[in-house]
Amino acid sequence: MKKKNLGVLLLVLLLLLSAFAGCGKETAPAEETPQAAEIQGTLRLATTTSTQDSGLLDVLLPAFTFDTGWEVEVIAVGSGAAMEMGENGEADVLLVHSPAAEREFVAAGHGPERYDVMYNDFVIVGPKEDPAGVAEKSDGDAVAAMKLIAESKAPFISRGDDSGTHKKELSLWEKAALTPAGDWYISAGQSMGAVITMADDQLAYTIADRATWLAYEADTDLVILSEGDPALYNQYGVIVVDPAKNEQINAQGALDFQEWILGEKAQTMIEEFGVEEYGQSLFLPNATGEPTVD
Amino acid sequence: MEELARGVAEALRMLLAFDPEIYEIVGLSLRVSLSSVLFSTLLGVPLGVLYGLHQFPGKNLLIRITYTLMSLPPVIAGLVVFLFIMRKGPLGFLRLSFTPTAMIIAQICLVTPIIVGLTYNAVKEKAPRVKQLAATLGAGRGEAVKLLIFEVRTGILAALVTGTGRAISEVGAVMLVGGNIVGKTRVMTTYIAQLQRMGNYDRAIAVGIVLLLIAFLLNAVLYQMQERQGRA
Repeated sequence: MKKKNLGVLLLVLLLLLSAFAGCGKETAPAEETPQAAEIQGTLRLATTTSTQDSGLLDVLLPAFTFDTGWEVEVIAVGSGAAMEMGENGEADVLLVHSPAAEREFVAAGHGPERYDVMYNDFVIVGPKEDPAGVAEKSDGDAVAAMKLIAESKAPFISRGDDSGTHKKELSLWEKAALTPAGDWYISAGQSMGAVITMADDQLAYTIADRATWLAYEADTDLVILSEGDPALYNQYGVIVVDPAKNEQINAQGALDFQEWILGEKAQTMIEEFGVEEYGQSLFLPNATGEPTVD
Repeated sequence: MEELARGVAEALRMLLAFDPEIYEIVGLSLRVSLSSVLFSTLLGVPLGVLYGLHQFPGKNLLIRITYTLMSLPPVIAGLVVFLFIMRKGPLGFLRLSFTPTAMIIAQICLVTPIIVGLTYNAVKEKAPRVKQLAATLGAGRGEAVKLLIFEVRTGILAALVTGTGRAISEVGAVMLVGGNIVGKTRVMTTYIAQLQRMGNYDRAIAVGIVLLLIAFLLNAVLYQMQERQGRA
């Protein structure tokens, strides 16, 4: 008799637990204030893991939903994968940081226009011991730093995933007239956070965007060994996906997002983000409201 | 090892303080996995019984395929389902990509072969004797099947346990078709992977402990059911 009741009790407990699915939504702050815009649908935003992991979207998106009533589904992959989703019409709007690829995207007609949103920079990080001598010898020159790393064959972790960071890394190798190959060059195929964690574990060098770096700095033993070179500049852009691609694209939501993120409220929120915790802005807003023309 | 201790502490805190984020994630994990096991059982048990009872052309091949599918890598199930349901895929009009429904579908693909295979195994041993017994008792076809299912009930329960274990613990399928979207498709396994990526080991360990507890709970329920059956 006792064992039978125990089984039933456990089953009831499990069913109760599964009832919790979907309960998180009820804590949305927008419902508390009378002025929140009524929810009108869902918007699918394809963006990069670095943008998401920085925490910026956790601040921006609830405000966007409050103002416009669009709930945002965030698919965070690399810039390349996000643009691939855009090409396939799987996303409604993109927020990525791979300017050359973005220009190609627009030129190929996958999206009407591209707009600057914000920028920050990349940093070259590595172990304190700095076996390649980057800090001493490269003198703030990013390309020189990459050459030193390749020459010393010190381990280097690459994003290897077609992301904006990966493209930046490849552009530096190109400027150095080098093709990195060998056991020391590790292509991870993962997000920025994962790559930083890996570099910390393997005492390797890597390139990181400053926002992600600041979030991880305290938990790693790595240090910045090169920064400030204009070649390390990192520009973010927003592109709505061409609504003609399929019927499911939320064209209005995409345009609302684009307009909102280029607007003063969002740009101020972007500038303020991170200041309290890190003493500096993680992203610097630079929207002009004018589409990039080539 | 410090992380392990902190992880245990965090697990206790999350559960006892009713941390809404973690309860939602656990709730969704259970909803997805239990739903897929339910449907897989409804599909798989009759199929397994059919295989066990009847001979038909191509049966050997079908059995081999079923056994192979029992080891279907979850990430492949996820990839195939994703290609079908993505907006530009053949089933794009169903708008299933990045939804819990898609996750359930992908898990059904993983769990059904397991239930079919294990049910078939349990049935084929006992089928001839049950057929004989049914014949001597003068029972019809339908009743013979019912008798058979009763006879192999512990085997079927074992199939459910295995299938549930597979569903609750996989990450490849639910990651690809669900996307780990916060508040929508985030389950325990995809959350652990994300936390590791973010270097948040304490919370990752905590969620891992919760996942193990849930798996234990599920197994305890099924074990209780087996015990009852055993004494029936």
